[in-house]
Amino acid sequence: MIKFENVSKSYGESKVLKGLSFQIKQGDFVVLIGPSGCGKTTTLKTINRLIQPDSGKILIDGKDSAQLNPVELRRSIGYVIQQIGLFPNMTVEENIAVVPKLLNYPKEKWQPIVKELLTLVGMPYEENAHKYPSELSGGQQQRIGVLRALAASPPIVLMDEPFGALDPITRESLQEEVRRIQKKLKKTIVFVTHDMDEALKMADVIVFMSGGKILQMASPEEMLQHPADPLISEFMGKHRSALSVNAAMSAAEFMKTRVLKAARSMQTLQSIELMRNRDVNSMIVLNDDDTYAGTVSLDTIKSHGKAGRAIGEFMETTVPTVNLKEDARDTFEKLYTSPAGYVVVLNDDMTVAGLITKTSMAKAMGDALWGEMIS
Amino acid sequence: MTLIEFFIVNQKDILGCLIRHFQLVGISVTTGMLIAVPLGIFLTRVRRIAPLVLNFAGMIQTIPGLVMLGFALLLFGIGLLPALLVLSIYAILPILHNTYTGITEVEKSYIEAARGIGMTDSQILLKVELPLARSTIVGGIRTSTVFTVSWATLAGLIGAGGLGDLIWTGLSTYNTNFILAGAIPSAIVAVILSGLIHLIQKKLTPRGLKGVSA
Repeated sequence: MIKFENVSKSYGESKVLKGLSFQIKQGDFVVLIGPSGCGKTTTLKTINRLIQPDSGKILIDGKDSAQLNPVELRRSIGYVIQQIGLFPNMTVEENIAVVPKLLNYPKEKWQPIVKELLTLVGMPYEENAHKYPSELSGGQQQRIGVLRALAASPPIVLMDEPFGALDPITRESLQEEVRRIQKKLKKTIVFVTHDMDEALKMADVIVFMSGGKILQMASPEEMLQHPADPLISEFMGKHRSALSVNAAMSAAEFMKTRVLKAARSMQTLQSIELMRNRDVNSMIVLNDDDTYAGTVSLDTIKSHGKAGRAIGEFMETTVPTVNLKEDARDTFEKLYTSPAGYVVVLNDDMTVAGLITKTSMAKAMGDALWGEMIS
Repeated sequence: MTLIEFFIVNQKDILGCLIRHFQLVGISVTTGMLIAVPLGIFLTRVRRIAPLVLNFAGMIQTIPGLVMLGFALLLFGIGLLPALLVLSIYAILPILHNTYTGITEVEKSYIEAARGIGMTDSQILLKVELPLARSTIVGGIRTSTVFTVSWATLAGLIGAGGLGDLIWTGLSTYNTNFILAGAIPSAIVAVILSGLIHLIQKKLTPRGLKGVSA
């Protein structure tokens, strides 16, 4: 258990931590979050005494950390940093074993640990132990960074934006792995991030900080439902909007705007070529004043069209249209009854604004539900 | 007498000078190393005075070798000792400079990681900073060695021997053979030593650091 009692820290004039008091329960995954400069990283670093507080106490399992030897303290607390910080002159095995070696474990003791940990993240020992960090991908490097922190089985692990530099897909899989490992090994993890997605996904408890103070400390669920401060709601913006999806969504939010359009005077072969080039099988036909006229598909051209005819002569007008401001629910119904599988969205002046397909609809709903997706 | 004949006739003398030259270079570079590396490490611990010391060392470097030898001659007389003293001083700077920059340029994240996982200051130095700075430090030693090979020819002027002896003799008697007999071996020695250090360096660099620093 980690307990902060009135912890303060200043750098010159600026107060970074203003009398922090809170407790972290054993086995909890605690995420410190807040805008940059809020003191979250400073808070983290006071735990392993990389930063000494000016006043106040930090108790670790009831012992005042200021009374403990800082080097021994750090060896008993795992530490993962954003820049990964694997030693480039050491192999994967040497990197993982570095803390056990500092603690004078004999090789018979640390080598099985290395093997076991590598298995835990699906990186077989034989293949990976003797590689150097520069021979691994970013995601693999940070996996090793996490393993290095776990090697001496510390009950507490500190992570300072560990996945900040990784691409979204790698980040996600590491988040899951770390969460799984934490549950399996029952570690207390203190995790700093500025990414609310990450916090909501990982945390048992979120500590929201701003200006060196704690604005709210609560479970993700509780924080989503009852944010204690406007700043917190702002941070959680898109996640909270998920709670009110039903409210006033319009057709415009579901449509895709890159649509293939052609004048009704365009001739058959040319329009076939155009659709093939864009890899679509239908397109929208426009009147001379750019207003919506109808649609034409490859199939109709094949059955009715002859070379040299204008597409306006045999276009279809059966595809449903909706206004830009049409209610989402009605649009949805029209989409499902549309023979062509899509709906045309029109502006007030009857020009074409876009298309709603089942795919664009599903993506827009996903965005609303889970936040902006990776396109 | 052609140059080749000259080499054959005087091979014993030339060899003697060559050996003495190696001794001058070896002893002064080693001395320079023994002073510069610890001093460089020390400066990284007290960075406030580092610019002062480095600038001072740089200033000494700009004093022409001839002048320094002159001073040494006045203070210590003729012979090996003043020559070694001056050469050692000159050998210090490249190594000192590279030791200091090599260590200060080690990425902060490695140091932070090392401290965060519980290394003591001396463990950070031995396990992280020195290994990562090694190629830069060895680079300094290499520069220093090449320079010292050429500076050591000046040592002949104050009776310390070496290939410089042949060159000065040649210059004072207008004998090209003598000059070349000193100049050619010293150039070869410089190239060979430089290559040798480079080779050792490459052999010692772990795979993980290759490509990271040349």
